[in-house]
Amino acid sequence: MLKIDNLHVKLEEEDKQILKGLSLEVPAGEVHAIMGPNGSGKSTLSYVLSGRDGYEVTEGGATLEGEDLLDMDPEERAAAGLFLAFQYPVEIPGVGNMTFLRTAVNAQRKARGEEELSSGEFLKLVRAKAKDLQIDAEMLKRPVNVGFSGGEKKRNEILQMAMLEPRMCIMDETDSGLDVDAMRLVSDGVNALRDAGRSFLVITHYQRLLNHIKPDVVHIMSNGRIVKSGGPELALQVEEEGYGDLLAEAG
Amino acid sequence: MTEPTDLDVREGVDRETVETVQNMGSYKYGWDTEIEMEYAPKGVNEDIVRLISEKNNEPEWMTEWRLEAYRRWVTMNEPKWAMLNYPEIDFQDQYYYARPKSMEEKPKSLDEVDPKLLATYEKLGIPLKEQMILAGVEGADEAPAEGRKVAVDAVFDSVSVGTTFKDELAKAGVIFCSISEAIREHPELVKKYLGSVVPQSDNFFATLNSAVFSDGSFVYVPPGVTCPMELSTYFRINAENTGQFERTLIIADKGSYVSYLEGCTAPQRDTNQLHAAVVEIVILEDAEVKYSTVQNWFPGDENGKGGIYNFVTKRADCREARAKVMWTQVETGSAITWKYPSCILRGDESQGEFYSIAIANNWQQADTGTKMVHLGKNTRSRIVSKGISAGQAQNTYRGLVSMHPRASDSRNYTQCDSLLIGDKCGAHTVPYIEVKNTSSRVEHEATTSKVDDDQLFYCRSRGMDEEEAVALVVNGFCREVLQALPMEFAMEAQSLVAISLEGSVG
Ligand SMILES: Nc1ncnc2c1ncn2[C@@H]1O[C@H](COP(=O)(O)OP(=O)(O)O)[C@@H](O)[C@H]1O
Ligand SMILES: [Mg+2]
Repeated sequence: MLKIDNLHVKLEEEDKQILKGLSLEVPAGEVHAIMGPNGSGKSTLSYVLSGRDGYEVTEGGATLEGEDLLDMDPEERAAAGLFLAFQYPVEIPGVGNMTFLRTAVNAQRKARGEEELSSGEFLKLVRAKAKDLQIDAEMLKRPVNVGFSGGEKKRNEILQMAMLEPRMCIMDETDSGLDVDAMRLVSDGVNALRDAGRSFLVITHYQRLLNHIKPDVVHIMSNGRIVKSGGPELALQVEEEGYGDLLAEAG
Repeated sequence: MTEPTDLDVREGVDRETVETVQNMGSYKYGWDTEIEMEYAPKGVNEDIVRLISEKNNEPEWMTEWRLEAYRRWVTMNEPKWAMLNYPEIDFQDQYYYARPKSMEEKPKSLDEVDPKLLATYEKLGIPLKEQMILAGVEGADEAPAEGRKVAVDAVFDSVSVGTTFKDELAKAGVIFCSISEAIREHPELVKKYLGSVVPQSDNFFATLNSAVFSDGSFVYVPPGVTCPMELSTYFRINAENTGQFERTLIIADKGSYVSYLEGCTAPQRDTNQLHAAVVEIVILEDAEVKYSTVQNWFPGDENGKGGIYNFVTKRADCREARAKVMWTQVETGSAITWKYPSCILRGDESQGEFYSIAIANNWQQADTGTKMVHLGKNTRSRIVSKGISAGQAQNTYRGLVSMHPRASDSRNYTQCDSLLIGDKCGAHTVPYIEVKNTSSRVEHEATTSKVDDDQLFYCRSRGMDEEEAVALVVNGFCREVLQALPMEFAMEAQSLVAISLEGSVG
């Protein structure tokens, strides 16, 4: 599904290398987790994959189902099935959450040559999915992320993901700042989306989330590379021992 | 347009934005209609003024009124204080009167109107002949939409071509007709109120308008009457090199209410066309008028060629106690906009509101704002202005808030936000504030920001292309004003926001 090969990325504005030869492959249907200390480049990886400005790829590449991701505009990547649940979801004053969702859903459908959803169809769908995430009508009405609590913002990201039905979901610290109940809601939402044709790349600091969303593979990232990959037990090890030993061992 | 559902109710106005961006060309109304026109000779002089008056079958007093204005105008100079840059206008190189030939014999009913003319209006989305029931969705969550009727007066170049729903309005006692008809049929009202808000001598363009206005709309709502439907006028300039000088007079008698919508379009031409309108509103005790404009005159092409020069004087006089006026305008068109819808708050406890979106793209220049003149005690005013500049455009908000010595305990709140798209455009805020008593308060807030890259990226990462993303973010920026518009206008307005920003990114 997602294949990242020897990816080197620097900041466009300054001479700072952030990703230094990162390679990773997430096959269809699998859930991979990335753990790593702050500043190791996890968010940068998620932004580069989804096409944010400000980064320069100096070497290597990334493909989504064989297609060169880095060649596409952000909206083309979205239409191709890539989704990023932001670590810091962006506020858009004055734009109703529902309008935003519907605009996004229909933009993607249009880009793929599919029929757009009518208001009625859209409404039915969004209500059902919002209910599962305990997002009430009030929150659908409010401007996108404006005045949302941390937990509301994260649930809202998952609602977008559920509505857009991407094939490759990247979640950047979706669990940070969530209380136990919200974490359960979010994980249930993600688990409901799991299927053979959909993959996940879950960036997290905590083993907690991975108890709910069982990963197939756990990668440890440090200083712009993957330094170790393994099974779910790797996450347990991080939880108990921290990164120190692992990183030392990887050199 | 699809049927409104409760989704639209909740979401308010930014619904159609996205479809629109992709479905439409850059200026939707840029075609012209091939209709045989009858012109008065080029230029303006006393004979032309007389001719216009004669064509409208006006009584002597009206002809004299015009001539008086004309004689004053020739002594006046064009104002130069606005932040606008345009070549000298040759006022003798314009036609001051043009009308479709088929109108020579005034049609007795809409059936006699040139079908091409009606087709034009249909293209503009105004079904003149049909009962025009537009989607009006208010409040209720799940409730089915209530149909709303809108009476339309349409002005094509110099003449009014038809007013719908006249009979139904007459039953309520409301007079809604062209101003030329009002001059003939209701001279006592016209004599009493014409020029009483915007006097002949007011300013260069208003004075010119007083001399040569050819048509426009007239509204009178009698005491205690809530106008049973929205009233609407559509202005279209079709003929080339023709100035349009329409005159609108609205009188809301004691305790009455009316909501009035004005829309404007013009074909795409590479010469500039002149538009100098005057709107006067008289509001008596406890009456309320809402006046909404969606103005999308042709703004000129992306190189700044062509477009309408728009010099408009709009003023409401809250003449008696507790009179209330609300101006809402969406300005997306015109090469040059010079326009300051104003409120004279003369009656005690009268209220004025001004909500404005002004978008300037490419080489457009807009100098617009409002004047709130507080004369009565306990008067209130509120100004919400959203200016958006893109391309090489210059957008100026110019506002006056004045509290006179007698206007004790009055309040004004002004909020003035500017949004810049790209770095070649400009936004300017010029607020004038005069407070001449100690008990009144004026609050002014102003912000200028650039369209936010993180917001655009967030939208794009969800699948919207750059233009959709900009349109969405800008509609959000304007929301407070869009919500002040009647629903059917709000839809049109948000589409316009999207269209007028086309090509502003990338
Ligand atoms: N736009 C930027 N400007 C300056 N430094 C940046 C920028 N983006 C990322 N960085 C730096 O790159 C490194 C990796 O950041 P990030 O990807 O956010 O790490 P993580 O998500 O793993 O905590 C950090 O040192 C961060 O300060
Ligand atoms: Mg991060």
